[in-house]
Amino acid sequence: MSERNPVSRFSRAIGRTWHPSPALLLIPGLLVILFLFLWPLGQMIYFSFTDPTVGFANYVRFFETPSEIRSLITTMEVSFLSTLICAIVGYLYSYTMLRSSKTVSNLLMVAVVLPMGVSILVRTFSLQAILRDTGIINQTLLNLGIIKQPLPLIRNSFAVAVGIVSMELPFMVLPMYNSMVQINNKLLLAGEGLGATPLRVFIDIFFPLSLPGVLAGSLIVFVSSLAYYIVPQLLGSGGQLFLSQDIAHWVQDQAEFGYGAAIGVILLLLTLGTLFIASFFINIDKALTQSTGGK
Amino acid sequence: MSKRASWLLVAFSFLVIVVLIAPIFISIAMSFTTSSTLMFPPVGFSLKWYQAVIQQPKWQDRLPVSLIVALVSSILATTISTTTAFALARSRVRGSGLISTLFIAPMVVPAVVLATGMYFVWAKGWTIGPLSFGGKLVGTIIGLILADIIISLPLPFILVRASLGGLDKTLEMAAKNLGASPLKAFFTITLPLILPSILSGFLFAFEISWDEVVVASFLSSPRVSTVPVAIFQQLRETLDPSAAAISSMLLFASVILIVLMTLVRRKPKITEEE
Repeated sequence: MSERNPVSRFSRAIGRTWHPSPALLLIPGLLVILFLFLWPLGQMIYFSFTDPTVGFANYVRFFETPSEIRSLITTMEVSFLSTLICAIVGYLYSYTMLRSSKTVSNLLMVAVVLPMGVSILVRTFSLQAILRDTGIINQTLLNLGIIKQPLPLIRNSFAVAVGIVSMELPFMVLPMYNSMVQINNKLLLAGEGLGATPLRVFIDIFFPLSLPGVLAGSLIVFVSSLAYYIVPQLLGSGGQLFLSQDIAHWVQDQAEFGYGAAIGVILLLLTLGTLFIASFFINIDKALTQSTGGK
Repeated sequence: MSKRASWLLVAFSFLVIVVLIAPIFISIAMSFTTSSTLMFPPVGFSLKWYQAVIQQPKWQDRLPVSLIVALVSSILATTISTTTAFALARSRVRGSGLISTLFIAPMVVPAVVLATGMYFVWAKGWTIGPLSFGGKLVGTIIGLILADIIISLPLPFILVRASLGGLDKTLEMAAKNLGASPLKAFFTITLPLILPSILSGFLFAFEISWDEVVVASFLSSPRVSTVPVAIFQQLRETLDPSAAAISSMLLFASVILIVLMTLVRRKPKITEEE
């Protein structure tokens, strides 16, 4: 605030000295988050304890209904299985990208990122058309006489896992590749120079150093899988396979809002709980940023 | 790694690509069939299923709703994200980490959970005790826009935040030292530098809103609804070639968006030239 500065004196003279703090710019964003994001979630939690009666009745009902427990377990099982398959396929894929020539590596990157731009509805529909009894896989096998009956490829957990893996693979590959690229080659060379076999170098040096990417990718894929709705709805068995379908069923079809809200709270807690546990091992903000960075 | 093992890995990766991408091409091929059921390889070649889709009045009602909702919500989401990311970068407020987390949080909250909460509030309004405001927003364009603002907030926020983080702050300070007001410094120095990220954030926001099914299916009515919701409902009921035609049209729209995004990203960044 030196008075010797003619410019500042000038601007003060014409009354432009009061400049609002940039922190004021936070207000619109905070209002949007409060009223359009936090409020609905709060309303849902409130409903789960008050509709139709005050208390824990909705939660007791959930945990006393075997079919609901089955939905909860199926959601976690299929999500876990999908994450595991994604991790294995994604690791081999990322490793190939790392070890290939620039051209092949770029090609593989484009090929994995490109489907992310295609609507999830289009991709699920395509899988539905391929996996069903009259789809190409079953038709080809029937025509070749390899099978007598169509294989049960759709309307089951298998189809849902296939769907989730094909939607989530990019979110696994991006953080994995990112962390593999950062591994210092000299460490691997040092290992080899000291007489370790390539396999030992991989197990003792490369794999541990690539773990942050594996963890970040697996966390994102698992948490996203828990929330799947369209894929189980179109490829699943028709009932309430996943918790998301369960919530939609009670809120939209049965208008039992409090009960649907309670299941919503359970799914939300499952998601946040997973993130909370994971936050002790990895930086979640960074993991999420990485998984979208290549989009 | 032995030569053989590396060839196996490459072959495996190409197989993965085929599994990821082939279904999309197969469904496009099936949409041109002349038969009345979905089959591969398709029989003959015709555009009759496209015609069938376009002639249905419901698409003519829903396309404008989808476009308006996606456009307005993505403009608002991008503006709010940019303002917030800028404010966080230029001020030292307590809890800035929490604010960042809240802006990214819509990405991890399950869509059905968010949809349920919004459905309650949009229908009955924002209520505390006897005080109540709003309501009756289910089945309205405004209701869909408000929901999509939240859903599409995280990506523009992440992109703009990253770009502000990599920015040379001294440029803005130099402008202020030379007498520019903070507003002028922002619009003449900072904004042009972060514009590529804002634009790609906007396109992502648009695409997310344009593709959104779950929340929109909770918040729409038979009268006011979006294109993806209609497709979702149709896919649940029937599986005939018109579904393939619809999804090919949707794919075509995404391809246009992807091309636009690549063009935006190609723009040389001024920060990199220095």
